[in-house]
Amino acid sequence: MEQNKDLSVKGRIFDIQQFSTHDGPGIRTIVFLKGCLLRCRWCCNPESQEYAIQTMIRNGKSETIGRDVTVGEIFETVKKDLIYYRRSGGGLTLSGGEMLCQSDFSLALLRTCKNYGINTAVETTLSTPFDMIEPLIPYVDTFLVDIKHMNSAKHEEFTTMKNELILQNARRVSAVAKRFVVRVPVIPGFNDTPEEIGAIAEFAKSLKGVEEMNLLPYHRLGYDKYVGLGREYKMGDVPSPDKDKMQSLKSVAERVGIKVNIGG
Amino acid sequence: MKKYTVETPDKTPRIDLLKKALFDARPQIESDRAVLLTQSYMETEGEPMVIRRAKAFKNICEKLPVTIRDNELIVGSSTVASKSCQIFPEFSFDWVEKEFDTLATRSADPFYISEENKKILHEVFKYWKGKTTSELATSYMTPETVTAIEHNIFTPGNYFYNGVGHVCVHYDKVLALGYNGIIAEAQAEFDKLDVGDADYVTKSAFLEATIMSCRAAITYATRYAKLALDMAEKETDDKRKKELLQIALNCSKVPANPAESFYEACQSFWFVQLLLQTESNGHSISPGRFDQYMYPYYEMDKNKPDFDKSFAQELIDCLWIKFNDISKVRDDASAQGFAGYGTFQNLIAGGQTADGEDATNDLSFMTIAATMHVLLPQPSFSVRVWNKTPHEFLVKAAELTRTGVGLPAYYNDEVIIPALVSRGLTMTDARDYNIIGCVEPQKSGKTWGWHDAAFFNMCRPLELVFSSGMDKGKQIGVKTKRIEDMTTFDEFYDAYKEQMNYMIGLMVNADNAIDVAHAERCPLPYLASMIDDCIKRGKTPEQGGAVYNFTGPQGFGIANMADSLYAIRKLVFEEKKFTLAELRDALDNNYGKGVSTDLVGKIALQLQQSGITVGEKEIAEITKAILEKTDGEKYAKIRDMILEAAKFGNDIEDIDALARDVAYTYTKPLEKYKNPRGGSFQAGLYPVSANVPLGAQTGATPDGRYAYTPVADGVSPSAGRDVHGPTASANSVSKLDHGIASNGTLFNMKFHPSALEGTSGIESFIALIRGYFDQKGSHVQFNVVSRETLRDAQAHPEKYQSLVVRVAGYSALFTTLSKSLQDDIINRTEQGMF
Repeated sequence: MEQNKDLSVKGRIFDIQQFSTHDGPGIRTIVFLKGCLLRCRWCCNPESQEYAIQTMIRNGKSETIGRDVTVGEIFETVKKDLIYYRRSGGGLTLSGGEMLCQSDFSLALLRTCKNYGINTAVETTLSTPFDMIEPLIPYVDTFLVDIKHMNSAKHEEFTTMKNELILQNARRVSAVAKRFVVRVPVIPGFNDTPEEIGAIAEFAKSLKGVEEMNLLPYHRLGYDKYVGLGREYKMGDVPSPDKDKMQSLKSVAERVGIKVNIGG
Repeated sequence: MKKYTVETPDKTPRIDLLKKALFDARPQIESDRAVLLTQSYMETEGEPMVIRRAKAFKNICEKLPVTIRDNELIVGSSTVASKSCQIFPEFSFDWVEKEFDTLATRSADPFYISEENKKILHEVFKYWKGKTTSELATSYMTPETVTAIEHNIFTPGNYFYNGVGHVCVHYDKVLALGYNGIIAEAQAEFDKLDVGDADYVTKSAFLEATIMSCRAAITYATRYAKLALDMAEKETDDKRKKELLQIALNCSKVPANPAESFYEACQSFWFVQLLLQTESNGHSISPGRFDQYMYPYYEMDKNKPDFDKSFAQELIDCLWIKFNDISKVRDDASAQGFAGYGTFQNLIAGGQTADGEDATNDLSFMTIAATMHVLLPQPSFSVRVWNKTPHEFLVKAAELTRTGVGLPAYYNDEVIIPALVSRGLTMTDARDYNIIGCVEPQKSGKTWGWHDAAFFNMCRPLELVFSSGMDKGKQIGVKTKRIEDMTTFDEFYDAYKEQMNYMIGLMVNADNAIDVAHAERCPLPYLASMIDDCIKRGKTPEQGGAVYNFTGPQGFGIANMADSLYAIRKLVFEEKKFTLAELRDALDNNYGKGVSTDLVGKIALQLQQSGITVGEKEIAEITKAILEKTDGEKYAKIRDMILEAAKFGNDIEDIDALARDVAYTYTKPLEKYKNPRGGSFQAGLYPVSANVPLGAQTGATPDGRYAYTPVADGVSPSAGRDVHGPTASANSVSKLDHGIASNGTLFNMKFHPSALEGTSGIESFIALIRGYFDQKGSHVQFNVVSRETLRDAQAHPEKYQSLVVRVAGYSALFTTLSKSLQDDIINRTEQGMF
């Protein structure tokens, strides 16, 4: 009867996207949860950060961001693409925000998926205490974990949070996770140096069971949302790193001896 | 054992030269065929029609100019100029003469025509007055049918104005036996006849005609052999001289005799393909399973020590160029419906054998490669997919899709084979199906399928429900209950079904009238030599000689109808947001966007009937008066509410179920009708590109669609209404019953090129197709170009001469399409990856 209980667990999301192919293997449905512990300057989903339901102006129209749902309701949508998951090795990805902020909801949704044999992935910063993460681990097939900077002060300056807890969680989760991928948003003026990317690659390689690291180039697609939320866009008009830059950072990381992809 | 390797040879420089010559050519209208045909007809008055047809064909084969173009390895062209066309006055000619002066400048498919040819054709046409299939067909139709056509409920325009086409013949038989072998077969049948037989008269005339036609085809090829020899003599370049001598050898041997090499088979094939399109102008002469029937000849070469795979590839590539050298002129309205100079020569690779084993071979991969090499709209290239299709074959197909050429179209064996069996095909025949034209499955060499019998606009009967069958002041439909008196959704829906049933009956009448006209006036004895069992039965396909006979008219507007009915059920009957009468007023006023000409016409007619003369001034006054009374804002609000309601294409159970049901209002009643050849009607669900011109004749619909804008294409969701990505869209479409629409369904998806980037892009793409097919979708095709690219191509056509897009059941050069069709393609939802 535990599953029935799972279906009625409530959570707050702000979007569901079907046919996503960049966050985890195959064709996936991404559920975006609301609320995050970090406030990264470059965040492309600023509407995800607050747990509170917000209003955002998009294309001149006012839009409500965030709605309260049950696992059962969300699972109805997730189930729709089962056939494509099976054909592609895809499944569900929890993203955010930070899905750990609603760990009960996340756990219930992940467990429901596993009951149906659906592959699961989570995009996370691992920024909560470990005991909130631990119960989820058996139900997650792929952890996609953001490691943004090895220097804690710099990390705090750009994300409002120190990195010690994140790094410690990364060590503990990777040791037991089925699959653990390190993802690095490459942010100009923050971590886009060979030294920093090299250091993150060293860390990734030191993690048990980590085979792969992704470099995600910074993009400005979130800009309109900052305007729509009436917020300042702190990245200004910093351009995205170009292909050559990404390639050279990729080779830096590869020299450390880890498999590197650009993009998810 | 696997019969293939994935690797294919590269393109040779010759192919680029041939392609460039094709692009440099300007489509023209030539008059030779019309003249030769008419000369012969004048000499054969009073003889049996089938003999007259054969004699005319003979005259054409003996005298039509023969042309070998630079660098060609495969020869045979029905026109002196590339990409040009001949005229077929026996089907219809009125429109050609009427459009003489606009043909060169019209927006869709312009053709140049010289003053001299105008004069020649003008003279020729005098003979044809009263003798065409279209005139005879009209005289066979009931007045109600003619009225329904005039009011654009449906259009049987294709076969009304043209030959029937839509066939895949026994290419394999010509390759294996040669026409000499087929002649011997017909002769043997002839020898068995007894003058006392009841059918001696018709059968002997038919067999004589068929034998004469096969001989004519041989004569035609012989003329090419002679031309090649003449050219070789004068040729100074040794390499080309050798090529021309080989061409002469080929043409003196095939198609008269069996082919004994892949090269001979290709040349033999091409003569068949060309002459079928010279005997009649019926389009969609589809080569079908080229990779299957050509394989024995490929294998013959492959087993020789000097086998050169890249030469085999070059020959296929040459054929692919030739497919684009054939063209067809249509009347302006049809040209909009079939835009892009389409000849719909559908060629399909892969799938399973008649015995149910995987059929993929070297040629399957080489046909993909050829399409990749030439990147041209013809042949309409398709692939069959079944549970055992090798993954690597789909990867290559997906790589072709990624080029943005709009090819291939993907077909699902798992739906089509049982659908064909349900229509009476044997299992082995059904497994050996190919696709005709856009999306229509049939068994080659045995079927006269009439696959493009009509377009039926499912939105128009809905309009008639609101007016109790009145249209532009005339009672053309059933006098169903006034909408003011309807109290339940079922009453409304029943009225729609009544209008549908009535109009479907009239459409059948139109088709059968045209069917009889073709049988009487344009039997095709040459085609008959390559369709079973014409020779045995002594009948042409038009007269019922084929094993399988169908008539397949297409219904379209499923998405509009589903969205409309859903909005009415929910907003009018369940939530009572507005009444049917208010909705009708909103539609009449185009949701506040203006007054429909229909409404003005209705009032003008009423005034006239009460004795008031109505001129331009009065019309203006009526319009003004309506506009003053019009509560534009109210109607716009009604539209807003409608737009808020759920739409087909988003994987929402309620509305998708309604879509499935509304499709049945067309597909089910149609099944019970028979055609004069003893076959049955079977529905297709797609409009080719007729959703644009026929949409332009359709008022506003209750799904929020404005008047005169395009209706949804195929079984695809309405443009821009599917907002949950490709899987949701595909899930909705897969909920329709594709099996009952055995004449084909058409699902268009448009992808940004980035959607297919890298290995993971290709893999996800294949999984999407597989997932859609797992759920019993029948067909899917893709446009892979960005919206920006298309916009730029509209603004700078000169930069995009070779941009190919998928229009409907076929691909066309984007820049040759009319502006409105270009807009429609741009507006189809672009499915990006997130």
